[in-house]
Amino acid sequence: MGLDFSVVPAFAGALFMGALWTIAITLSAAVLSFFGGIIFAVIALYAPLVIRTPFRLFAWLFMGTPLLLQLFLIYFGLIQIGIDLPAFVAGVIGLGLHFAVYNSDIIQAGILAVDKGQYEGARTLGLSRMQTLRKVVVPQAVRSVVPPIGNNMIALLKDSALVSVIGVAELTLSSQMAISRTFRPFEFYVAAAACYYVINLGLEAGLRRIERRIELAR
Amino acid sequence: MTDRPIIDIRNAAKSYGSLEVLKDISLQVQTGQIVAIIGPSGSGKSTLLRAINDLDPLTSGEVWLEDTQVNKALPPRQYETHINSVRQNIGMVFQHFNLFPHLTVRENITLAPKMLKGISKTEADQLAVEQLNKVGLLDRIDYYPSQLSGGQKQRVAIARALAMKPKVMLFDEATSALDPELVEEVNLVMKQLAEEHMTMIIVTHEMGFAQDVCDRVLFMDQGVVVEEGPPEVIFRNPVNERTQNFLRKHLKGQH
Repeated sequence: MGLDFSVVPAFAGALFMGALWTIAITLSAAVLSFFGGIIFAVIALYAPLVIRTPFRLFAWLFMGTPLLLQLFLIYFGLIQIGIDLPAFVAGVIGLGLHFAVYNSDIIQAGILAVDKGQYEGARTLGLSRMQTLRKVVVPQAVRSVVPPIGNNMIALLKDSALVSVIGVAELTLSSQMAISRTFRPFEFYVAAAACYYVINLGLEAGLRRIERRIELAR
Repeated sequence: MTDRPIIDIRNAAKSYGSLEVLKDISLQVQTGQIVAIIGPSGSGKSTLLRAINDLDPLTSGEVWLEDTQVNKALPPRQYETHINSVRQNIGMVFQHFNLFPHLTVRENITLAPKMLKGISKTEADQLAVEQLNKVGLLDRIDYYPSQLSGGQKQRVAIARALAMKPKVMLFDEATSALDPELVEEVNLVMKQLAEEHMTMIIVTHEMGFAQDVCDRVLFMDQGVVVEEGPPEVIFRNPVNERTQNFLRKHLKGQH
């Protein structure tokens, strides 16, 4: 049986919808992981010990166990304790928290790299510790770590394929559904890969724009 | 002038372990006075200045701003509220400017007034324009710090401090990090402040400036005020041998 890519266009609509879901879940999880990463970083650096210690355990769990398992736990496991999340929401939470923990590590390093003079400049004007963090330190820390966070976001896009296993009809699951109808795995996996590649190009272009925009303000 | 001093430092002492950096220093500054603190590096002059707004807390002794004790012993939360309101009245200018690089000149100036004084955006903008006019940098209002020269950065830092309408201004070697040709523009702004009778305490290595602008000069060495007096006395006829030695070394290159 030879390769025949002419079967793909008939499923272009389904693949397109799948791609849209992939973009939606990636962007939602990226936003969650970004702001979650900031909050986690501030907790890890400044929260009192009673909050920091359980947080460490939580961070360790997210870093030390497979993302696939985390998705299963959030989607199938939480139902048992009465939390029944739609697959999309479970996927965003799983991906978002997982990458928030990784972003938190990077943002912590960024916060620690902010010059001591910045705190002094803000505090001598009368800003409180919290105001100084919010308005002076964190914005600078985040700007300085945009490139490594961007790398995480590209990894997030690729790992979003995992949410196909909890039934979100994103790009990977859409191509699998097309395969089960046509028995053409090669053609549809290549088509899906091409779609991921194009989305990735868009994401990278977006990240480059952000980097250029903040270049001056550093 | 027999008024109550605006800044009153009583028996200030500070030590790191067995190293005493400030030894029982008392200093009163009257409203409108301009005081220069000079001395070799490691003499404690910056530490003393930074004790005034409790940036470097004293080990013992008291600092008063008018009738408020700055370094009051309070539980952490109350201290936080207390010190933040005290610091709004004490402007500080640093050697390395400490402008916020992610904010424009305008935002650098308006950040604190907007957050702490609850003024509107229009009022804040007006304030920025007014302060930048004062330091001659109105045309740079929407620049980022990275687009300014060192002298311009320091003038913005002064404008930022002034925007809080402080009662006292502290200058911690404001021109030490500048290229020689940029020192003058910052000195001019400080002179202008002096003419407006701003109370200023200036830690400096610039003897010429101290001589021209200040009412009083303190010479510090090894954590004590060795000698103090009007500039014409300190610079022309210093009594103490340590002052004489310091000035001889320092003035050599300048004349």
